[in-house]
Amino acid sequence: MSPIVIIGAGQAGGQAVASLRQQGYKEEIILIGDEPHLPYQRPFLSKQYLSGEHEEGRVFLRAEKFYNDHNITLRIGERVKSIDPNSRQITMENGELISYQDLILATGSRPRILNIPGSDLNGIFYLRTLDDVNNIKPTIQSGKKLVIIGGGYIGLEVASVAATAGMQVTVIETEDRILKRVTTPEMSAFYHQLHTDRGVSIVLNSGVSGFEGNDDLTHVICKDEKREADVAIVGIGIIPNIELAEAANIECDNGITTNDKCQTSSPHIYAAGDCSNHPNPIIGRRLRLESVPNAMDQAKIAASNIMGKEASYSAVPWFWSDQYEHKLQMVGYSADGNSQVLRGNKDKQHFSIFYLKDDHLVAVDAVNSAREFMVGRKFYGKKFDPIKLADEAIEVQDAVI
Amino acid sequence: MSKITFVKHDGEELSYEADNGLSVMNIAVDNLVPGIDADCGGECNCATCHVYVDEKWWDKVGTTNSTEEAIMSLNPDRQTTSRLSCQIKMSDELDGLVINLPEFQY
Repeated sequence: MSPIVIIGAGQAGGQAVASLRQQGYKEEIILIGDEPHLPYQRPFLSKQYLSGEHEEGRVFLRAEKFYNDHNITLRIGERVKSIDPNSRQITMENGELISYQDLILATGSRPRILNIPGSDLNGIFYLRTLDDVNNIKPTIQSGKKLVIIGGGYIGLEVASVAATAGMQVTVIETEDRILKRVTTPEMSAFYHQLHTDRGVSIVLNSGVSGFEGNDDLTHVICKDEKREADVAIVGIGIIPNIELAEAANIECDNGITTNDKCQTSSPHIYAAGDCSNHPNPIIGRRLRLESVPNAMDQAKIAASNIMGKEASYSAVPWFWSDQYEHKLQMVGYSADGNSQVLRGNKDKQHFSIFYLKDDHLVAVDAVNSAREFMVGRKFYGKKFDPIKLADEAIEVQDAVI
Repeated sequence: MSKITFVKHDGEELSYEADNGLSVMNIAVDNLVPGIDADCGGECNCATCHVYVDEKWWDKVGTTNSTEEAIMSLNPDRQTTSRLSCQIKMSDELDGLVINLPEFQY
């Protein structure tokens, strides 16, 4: 029998091999990844690994022994050139052919690249991989000037680590507020204040048109002024890796299109994680999610269906971000709401915002409020009493009607 | 190295030798112990590594922290010996630790 092949050794790929073995799959599994590392956990990269709180060993999903013990064929540091769904074969970049019984595409995503003059100078970084962070870490030095391009979660998490390490940090954002693509004006304002209080300079309605320097970066040319910089880190979003699928005529549309079983338009090919565009029955529309819980959930669903146990993906999306000593946990999409309720105290940095659509819960942003976050996950879609919800003297779950 | 035993909901026992310093969650994940999903990788974000510490070990394991408490507070299977396994680190004092697994994670 041909092996199960997984392309992509990130969170989804790593979980898929574990789930297949956990569900009793005995035949060969081949895990292929283009990074020269065992599967690792990406969320730590911009947080505890960048800051030095976690050592490298801590970021790996599982130790190497696991893959040996469970007879997983690791092909890391290798790339796939093409997929032929008709003959159920993949071609590696070196020309080697590998047949598969079932294939999981866990190809993830890559950073959107800023293509402007000076982009190839030393000192300009993107943050997506372990190697990226290993290159960035030595540049995090007290007193040096860091310009971060993009006020999204990655940029702000880096700002938090760098400012804590004593760097002079400037965040350049093209929109009129940070985090505009992902959250509400209230949350943007909270994080703007938090970073400003820690000495980070945030420039809105700006943008970057070029970098200057001889070999090493010296300046970032922004819309409003030219800024000195020892280091620049670009975090302007990610792009799903769909090229292999597209070239194999697998249906794609902002991601690899899957059904509720994580199956693509080609029956023996599944997709999981950042690269998949999938139906979410709870949210009621198709989503492409950039999130670890989603990568793990979909890997489990794909594995179950390969094992012949019918399983459908159905999960409320959730996310988290650590900045300074504050833990932000999010459920759902705040833009789906038509009213919002503040619970807790913003000044004490302990609060949550519940987003309701006609009084039904569609999202929660919880800052240092894990209980409210869990209520959001558990009671998503339920009707809430906004008055009780706003009253901290009433237990949050008692606001459910 | 310390010994740890996971007791599944059906009574089956799974024992391992593990390095000190690893969390109980890490050990479970490395050994494919069923029922410990550990979605967030051990950051007290997700509640998918809930376990019951065997009563004989409860005093040695130590108490829950406030985030852990908040995360577990809505779990209908919560018991007095509930912990998130990502928050328990193996050490010489815990050599022989017995952990009971719940039927489901939430």
